[in-house]
Amino acid sequence: MILQSIRFNAIVLAVFALVTAIILASTDTLTRDRIADSERKAAQRKLLEIIPIERHDNDLLMDVQPIPERFWAKLGLKKGGDIHIARSDGQPVAAIIPALTPDGYSGNIAMIIGINFDGTIAGVRVTEHRETPGLGDKVDLKKSDWILDFNGKSLVNPDKSGWDVKKNGGAYDQFTGATITPRAVIHQIAKTLEYFTEDSERLLIEAAKSKSDLELIGSLEQMNSLERIDSLEPMRIETNNE
Amino acid sequence: MSDVTASDVVKNGLWTNNPALVQLLGLCPLLAVTGSVVNALGLGIATLAVLVGSNTIVSLIRNHVSDAVRLPAFVIIIAAFVTCAELLMKAFTYDLYQILGIFIPLIVTNCAILGRAEAFASKNKVGIAALDGLMMGLGFLAVLVALGAIRELLGSGTLFADMHLLFGPMASTWMLQPFGDNYSFLIVVLPPGAFLVTGFLIAIKNAIDTANKRRADAQRDAPVKGAKRIRTTGHIS
Repeated sequence: MILQSIRFNAIVLAVFALVTAIILASTDTLTRDRIADSERKAAQRKLLEIIPIERHDNDLLMDVQPIPERFWAKLGLKKGGDIHIARSDGQPVAAIIPALTPDGYSGNIAMIIGINFDGTIAGVRVTEHRETPGLGDKVDLKKSDWILDFNGKSLVNPDKSGWDVKKNGGAYDQFTGATITPRAVIHQIAKTLEYFTEDSERLLIEAAKSKSDLELIGSLEQMNSLERIDSLEPMRIETNNE
Repeated sequence: MSDVTASDVVKNGLWTNNPALVQLLGLCPLLAVTGSVVNALGLGIATLAVLVGSNTIVSLIRNHVSDAVRLPAFVIIIAAFVTCAELLMKAFTYDLYQILGIFIPLIVTNCAILGRAEAFASKNKVGIAALDGLMMGLGFLAVLVALGAIRELLGSGTLFADMHLLFGPMASTWMLQPFGDNYSFLIVVLPPGAFLVTGFLIAIKNAIDTANKRRADAQRDAPVKGAKRIRTTGHIS
């Protein structure tokens, strides 16, 4: 009797698990492409904010260079990351570099920093933070346009001592009631610029190499599509014969 | 239990037994995401959808599942609905999903949902159970949106900011800024503000109830001597 009820209950639960598994699997298949597409678009939108579409003609998301491990500490990255290269007519114009600073008021501040190949900043965006709403969160473009102050700046303009908040003799504003957050961001941007001066030559060489790779892939794809047409044609002839 | 009327269910969900103001269920998301109207609306709609779905299915299977495995079965149903809601939000309102983050999967732990499945849907017919889910969900959604609106207005000085996350580009002009550009009142945006505003909302609801009751009492004849009035607070019907 007990055994029978256990068996019955087990079967009922198993049926439940099976049905829900099927429902979940089908929802997943239905939404998977759309989710991937949304994720891609969201990532692309952030990159496009820094390097607008007028300044480049390549796919920013796909044109990436890995960051060498020896630079990870300088950029604050623990797991590495990719630098996105923006090109116009195949020539690299700017690089978008991910960076992270642990010196924020609460937790890490993640940002992406676009640097033109002449060493000036194309734009900076904070991508993730947990700073105090109303105080430290002004580093976010949604709350204040403070972050736009960095556009056009470089390691020589202002000079090294200028890369700090005004309170410490630097060139950038702090916020009322929040100095830690902007200081952390300013210092990390300066460090990223330093990284770029060290590594930009290698990046240019690698970018030139990968460009020829991309072209190679492009021509391979063309060949493939040609082959496909070739393979279609005999079939068509066959059907004609029938 | 099964002779509840539809109007009772409506009144219970929206007012008398409101999940957020009376039962005080699901406070974690309630307090955490109500910094703005759009966040509140997003989480509220997701919770509403899950509640209607789970109540309907639970009511449909109520006679086929024995008591021993009832709870695991309910949990499977609710978890499945929440996962579907999460996937759909990720697919169609990706930016909002990014903001609400962990609170979407956490809908599964919202006691209001398992509470309604257990206390109502498992004992009532499908139609009325679905209505109960809808009304409880609407009651929860209304409180979320009220909280979100008050906190957004008092805290950041805006109303309906970022509505395009939910309604597409045409909604990006809906934002109101009644107090000008630089207004902000920090404590309302921070978590303590959520507790304060919720407290005030509960107090206002109780004040309205008390006033109604006094008016009703005054209209009624003098009570029979020796009759006892039992004071009740919120209960799960």
